Amino acid sequence: MSKDNQILEELTSKEYEHGWSVNFEADEAPIGLNEEIIRWISAKKEEPEWLLEWRLKAFKTWQSMTEPTWANVTYPKIDLQSLRYYSAPKQNNKPKSLDEVDPELLQIYERLGINLNEQKKLQGIAVDAVLDSVSVATTFKGTLSKLGIVFCSFSEAVKEHPELVKKYLGSVVPMTDNYYAALNSAVFSDGSFCYIPKGVRCPMELSTYFRINAANTGQFERTLIVAEDEAYVSYLEGCTAPQRDENQLHAAVVEIYAAKNAEVKYSTVQNWFPGDKNGKGGIYNFVTKRGICAGDHSKISWTQVETGSAVTWKYPSCILKGDHSIGEFYSVAVTNNYQQADTGTKMIHIGKNTKSRIVSKGISAGKSQNSYRGQVQVMKRADNARNFSQCDSLLMGDRCGAHTFPYIDINNSSAKVEHEATTSKIGEDQLFYCNQRGISTEDAVALIVNGYAKEVLNQLPMEFAVEAQKLLALTLEGSVG
Amino acid sequence: MLTIKNLHASIEGTPILRGINLEVKAGEVHAIMGPNGSGKSTLASVLAGREEYEVTEGEVTFKGKDLLDLAPEDRAREGVFLAFQYPVEIPGVSSTNFLRTAINQVREYRGLEALDAVKFLTMMKEKMKLVEIDQKLLSRSLNEGFSGGEKKRNEIFQMAMLEPTLSILDETDSGLDIDALRIVSNGVNQLKSKDNATIVVTHYQRLLDYIVPDYVHVLYKGRIVKSGTKELALELEEKGYDWIKEAIDSEATV
Ligand SMILES: Nc1ncnc2c1ncn2[C@@H]1O[C@H](COP(=O)(O)OP(=O)(O)OP(=O)(O)O)[C@@H](O)[C@H]1O
Ligand SMILES: [Mg+2]
Repeated sequence: MSKDNQILEELTSKEYEHGWSVNFEADEAPIGLNEEIIRWISAKKEEPEWLLEWRLKAFKTWQSMTEPTWANVTYPKIDLQSLRYYSAPKQNNKPKSLDEVDPELLQIYERLGINLNEQKKLQGIAVDAVLDSVSVATTFKGTLSKLGIVFCSFSEAVKEHPELVKKYLGSVVPMTDNYYAALNSAVFSDGSFCYIPKGVRCPMELSTYFRINAANTGQFERTLIVAEDEAYVSYLEGCTAPQRDENQLHAAVVEIYAAKNAEVKYSTVQNWFPGDKNGKGGIYNFVTKRGICAGDHSKISWTQVETGSAVTWKYPSCILKGDHSIGEFYSVAVTNNYQQADTGTKMIHIGKNTKSRIVSKGISAGKSQNSYRGQVQVMKRADNARNFSQCDSLLMGDRCGAHTFPYIDINNSSAKVEHEATTSKIGEDQLFYCNQRGISTEDAVALIVNGYAKEVLNQLPMEFAVEAQKLLALTLEGSVG
Repeated sequence: MLTIKNLHASIEGTPILRGINLEVKAGEVHAIMGPNGSGKSTLASVLAGREEYEVTEGEVTFKGKDLLDLAPEDRAREGVFLAFQYPVEIPGVSSTNFLRTAINQVREYRGLEALDAVKFLTMMKEKMKLVEIDQKLLSRSLNEGFSGGEKKRNEIFQMAMLEPTLSILDETDSGLDIDALRIVSNGVNQLKSKDNATIVVTHYQRLLDYIVPDYVHVLYKGRIVKSGTKELALELEEKGYDWIKEAIDSEATV
């Protein structure tokens, strides 16, 4: 047996650290999916008629669609009728401020290392905490609202700012977009809403923290971010789920709208339960994320660190409609054990002088499969469009796979599209060199991997970057090769 | 400090080292010379614990411990340092970050507290002077895009930082320009003390003018076939290896 394999056999991977759940009373929809359930959810959330109509229409569309099979992932068919589509921790009265939020709920977040108490919170990050189907608490609301910034749960936005929701909901990801987006549109429960008015630079990071707690419950959150002319916001998303034997479904939709000169940075550190080391359990993460650079000189930047989930299917994309608009995608996707990830981006150049940049760093270990799937499309009138793509794969051991599927579609001869791809293995030479300086193999791997992913990690806000580095090391613990 | 007895090692079934005996005491400098492919780097790698090499016979004690029993990182933590003939590149990891990780793991092993950023940087500044290495080089990715000479200089810088008890320099002189050779040698000399020892692997007598060895050994076909003082190096420079090779090869056929 080669040394690689030997080490792989010897070391077992560290257990997922957020694998606990809490029992508390919950408000739940009956199991199953039908029109009645959708009406039930909508009623529960006291939604206006138009939204119910919208959901029902999405449901009809979804019924006529079939599950996509083109991704390079395999998993048993999900029985969508056996899932619960709504579960909310019971709170007698809707809390008006943090003080009224059930302390037990706050404790869940404390345990995850997220403190929702404003005075104790790290300066500079406002948090919206979503547990199962509902938003539990949003911090720093007062500070933000003075600037005209709206940052609240999606349900609250529907009540307080219906005109904004109505205007932008489904404008970037239409309900008919794909199977999971349609499903989400029909049953979405909660999520975050964020609106930055004209000329305002959001002074702090906005962050949403998703936690799945209940068993057999799908999580379908909906996030909508709107940045008006000259506005700027940096938005972070984190997530965890308990360790369960059965797989859980997570199908979110994120829409970003950037007007003239606006800039939105969206960062995710995805840490859903990946399944145990034998491939049992774990989250199915089927997410649709898309942003539109609607105005000239606008910019949307996606940064993702994907470490969790059993199966990931996710392609944060940019529609570069405004002239001179810029789309960026920075991704680190790590897969270990039996994880499968098929992730990448789509950059659609519509406006003139639009630019996009793709930096994708895949890391595969164990028996995992890691695919990059990216599309660069340059439309007819997109003169002088520029794209640069860098797709690197790092393999650890010889039982995992890395795959790259770049699609390039150019309809304007002035376009300049560059694609670079590399595949490498963590070298014995590198590990030995580190060992020789007194660094343990485990730390050597962390060092080398973080170095490899540096260009992407550098895009994250400081606190997140540190977290992400730790997560990478943790995910790969025991997978040396 | 280091005792090597009848060391045999092979790689993929091919024997490379065939009975090395060597005794290195604290305060000494040993030079190992020998034709290409004679096993010099192999000896260095085996001492450092590279796993591709299988030790088939013999023993090595270092400061009273069975060296061959230790993992490579523990050998390093015990004070064995290898300046690589071909230093490895690690993209995205700065020399500074790399060294800080290394030093703190070594310190932890020795029961010392981790160095904080300030102490570490102070130490770095001091050692940088020793080998006249540029700060800019150290903030770049480790060895990535470094010139041959820069890599070698960086190896000695790392040696200065890690303060090993036994340093093995594998052809550190090759690739260095004349000034760099002097600077790096000076650095090595300044690090010398009565408590540590150095093994320099080299092809050139020139290096030994700077780093003056107490002993010179000739390695040939996996054995030390001749040992002497620094005069032996001069003789080799003059006569080459043929006379030694002939003597050994004819002995073998007798
Ligand atoms: N994987 C391998 N399989 C077979 N032989 C090998 C392998 N690796 C190294 N060798 C051989 O081992 C011998 C010793 O190599 P080593 O690198 O120790 O020589 P050296 O004395 O350091 O030479 P140089 O002066 O050129 O640096 C060489 O003949 C080399 O070809
Ligand atoms: Mg050599």
